[in-house]
Amino acid sequence: MNFTLDLNTVWFGLVGVLFTGYAILDGFDLGIGALHLFTKSDTDRRVMINAIGPVWDGNEVWLVTGGGALFAAFPEVYATSFSGFYMAMMLLLFGLIFRAVAIDFRSKQPMRWWRQFWDVSFSVSSIVSSLLIGVALGNIAWGIPLNEEFEFVGSFWGLLHPYALLVGVTTVALFMMHGAIYAVMKTDGDLQARVRGWVNNTIIIFVICYVMTTLVTLIYVPHMTANLKAFPVLFIIPILNALAIANIPREIHHEREFRAFLSSCASMAALLALFGIGMYPNMILSRPMVDYSLTIYNAASSAKTLNIMLIIALLGMPLVIAYTISIYWIFRGKVKLDASSY
Amino acid sequence: MDLELLSRVQFGLTIAFHYIFPPLSIGLGLILVIMEGMYMKTGDRLYHNMTRFWVKIFGLIFALGVASGIVMEFQFGTNWATYSRFVGDVFGSALAAEGVFAFFLESGFLAILLFGWDKVKPRTHFISTILVAFGAHFSAIWIVVANSWQQTPAGHHIVGVGDAARAEIVDFWQVVFSPSFLDRISHVYMGAWQAGAFFVLSVSAFYILRKKHLDFARASIKIAIPVALVASLLQLATGHSSAETLVETQPAKLAAFEGHYAVSAPAGMYLFGWVNEEDEKTIGLQIPGLLSFMIGLDADTPVTGLKAFPSEDRPPVNLVFQSYHIMVGIGMILILLALFNAYGWWRKWLFEKRWYLKILIIAVLLPQLANQLGWFSAEVGRQPWIVYGLLRTSDALSVSVGSGQVITSLILFSLIYLLLFALFIYLLNEKIQHGPEIEAAIQEGHMA
Ligand code: HDD
Ligand code: HEM
Ligand code: HEM
Repeated sequence: MNFTLDLNTVWFGLVGVLFTGYAILDGFDLGIGALHLFTKSDTDRRVMINAIGPVWDGNEVWLVTGGGALFAAFPEVYATSFSGFYMAMMLLLFGLIFRAVAIDFRSKQPMRWWRQFWDVSFSVSSIVSSLLIGVALGNIAWGIPLNEEFEFVGSFWGLLHPYALLVGVTTVALFMMHGAIYAVMKTDGDLQARVRGWVNNTIIIFVICYVMTTLVTLIYVPHMTANLKAFPVLFIIPILNALAIANIPREIHHEREFRAFLSSCASMAALLALFGIGMYPNMILSRPMVDYSLTIYNAASSAKTLNIMLIIALLGMPLVIAYTISIYWIFRGKVKLDASSY
Repeated sequence: MDLELLSRVQFGLTIAFHYIFPPLSIGLGLILVIMEGMYMKTGDRLYHNMTRFWVKIFGLIFALGVASGIVMEFQFGTNWATYSRFVGDVFGSALAAEGVFAFFLESGFLAILLFGWDKVKPRTHFISTILVAFGAHFSAIWIVVANSWQQTPAGHHIVGVGDAARAEIVDFWQVVFSPSFLDRISHVYMGAWQAGAFFVLSVSAFYILRKKHLDFARASIKIAIPVALVASLLQLATGHSSAETLVETQPAKLAAFEGHYAVSAPAGMYLFGWVNEEDEKTIGLQIPGLLSFMIGLDADTPVTGLKAFPSEDRPPVNLVFQSYHIMVGIGMILILLALFNAYGWWRKWLFEKRWYLKILIIAVLLPQLANQLGWFSAEVGRQPWIVYGLLRTSDALSVSVGSGQVITSLILFSLIYLLLFALFIYLLNEKIQHGPEIEAAIQEGHMA
């Protein structure tokens, strides 16, 4: 691999940062959604929803902005992947629509059937969205059939091969673990005691999935590890990742939820960093015709646009980070249901 | 069915659904700032309760805006991949800027607006309201930048040929301030303010008619009246200015708006009419020479007509003629209503005339309709181009997507949006029926 820190590489990194931000932040929203049906009483369910109530929309904006940045910096990637994954994208959209309205509508009416319907919608849409995100990542890593115009020439069902599904399931497990840890932070009393139990279960499930994905990747998707082998210092990342994951049960055991949550965030960042390193400098791998792959060079916008976007990012991101932190600060602490809660 | 038509119908449907909500978010946002500002200034609890009530409604509208907005952002890539490749360099950055500068601001401070009443000081809450309203206005800027560029491209050059051609940015500020941008954004803002103001008027008129929450309703109307008046008058000015810009930038569209065929001749303005596209004739009630006069301050100024364009470069004439004329007609009615409101308030009969209150209740539909028809005119009037003069709509599709897939997604969108719309109306109605006392009910734990 040739590595040069040029504009294209910087933008590869920045798009990666946006999607990592999305995974870390919306990851726990989706995880809470996926776990939603495990809580039984109406109050518990409201507490869970209000745990993400003030923040889920802002978290989703990371996806919106990531998508916008991809469109602007690498239009070819945006066009090829979004049109190639057409049905999967539509399903993801329906999932995100239902999640948004389920959160908002659920507690607005007292009827049992009403709340039941939105509870199921919330949970199913969160699981489907997480699964699809994982399947998309799996496909990008595995490679998809492209022609010389960089157009996708496969089929929807072709995208659902075992490797992609494995990555999909791993993603669901990861988000569930992350969501459970977040929930421990935001709840107290009885509910918290139960949620604490989920953390251990979800960690176990995730670790099993993760080990399987790693093994399959090593055997069947060797190109994802080529960069790592070329630059052995990078092995520090998987090592840190393993330490971060191992740290979670320890912190939970000592009731240091916030630290457990940070560990979980760190492990997600490490996973996505590994993904990015594995791909670089490709953005979408073409399989079987490797020559038709989209890279950070043949898929990019002009240097002028990349420069303008860099200015926008430098001006905007500090602001975004500042108010993200203040919102989380204002809504810190355990959830208390009140007049304005969902 | 043909892929182009399906994709266009899907885009039209999804954006039309989305565009029910942004004008309300923008217009109501402004009104919330005024209401809460009054509370900050006077300390009167009435204004506090008003703000709380309208914030709840705002939250509901906002949620649907968010749910339908994310679809729009994805659809450029899913259905219009060739277009996305063509424009990515130029206006992808506008979409990214929208996320970075506007959506984060809106969504972050919305949390304080909705859930922060007891968590922050009143002043901080007020600042959050201002920031949310500001964010909503700001988000409109970037999306309208993108749209204006595709209507009147500027500040770019074309690189590559044939299928590989794409626009690349040369001058950022020229792209942002493309020739139609200022007209369009001001017109969009005024349309949004009208939507917000007439919404508040409608709900309040309903309460007065029912003799409920009278103080609340009167105070709300008092705030909405000036907003409606200013916005409706300025709407005429910004619309007029948009039409003038079209002379230079999109003459075929302007000619279609007025059903004007002659290659170059003085043109009038129709109050209403019908275009016979086969015979290339327009019949109706016309004020002769008015369009010419508007353009050149002289009723004999020649205006380029549709015959100056080969038929494959013309938009569907009658369709845009009608939608444009209904929009303008609604604009005129809204001006009359806005003047009437102000007059009735001044002469103190506004709350006594039951027939007029009934008109106000249904008038909420007019700005909505005009907003939809306005975009319809502007976008269909741009046809057959997706990027005016540079890329045809028929060349802009996703090559890898089949019509079966689009039929499936179109049917699903239609069903889901129908469901969401019904639920939206249902919940909105519930909130309105409960009225501002909803606060008291919540405190007792009856409702969430
Ligand atoms: C004139 C204003 C306007 C116009 C023309 C559009 N939007 Fe919009 N959009 C808004 C004004 C707005 C808003 C006021 O900012 C929203 C709507 C309601 C809301 O609550 O925020 C919003 C929400 C919204 C969201 C959700 C943001 C979030 O999660 O907070 C997305 C992704 C988009 N929009 C994207 C689009 C795209 C891609 C459009 C064009 C095809 C588009 N919008 C047209
Ligand atoms: C919210 C306001 C908007 C409304 C109501 C609206 C309305 C429409 C309608 C009705 C169509 C279908 C036209 C046809 O089939 O002939 C359309 C098409 C389209 N519009 Fe818009 N539009 C809006 C904003 C935008 C913006 C902001 C953009 C771009 C940044 C945009 C880009 C497009 C594209 C790409 C198409 C598809 C191709 C076409 O049929 O022209 N629109 N829009
Ligand atoms: C009062 C008389 C009005 C006139 C003369 C007028 C004129 C125009 C013109 C010429 C356009 C096309 C601009 C273009 O394609 O470049 C337009 C578009 C539009 N109109 Fe109007 N309009 C009027 C009233 C209204 C009203 C009352 C509303 C809504 C409440 C409205 C909402 C819109 C919208 C949303 C668009 C599309 C966005 C744009 O292109 O600016 N208009 N109008």
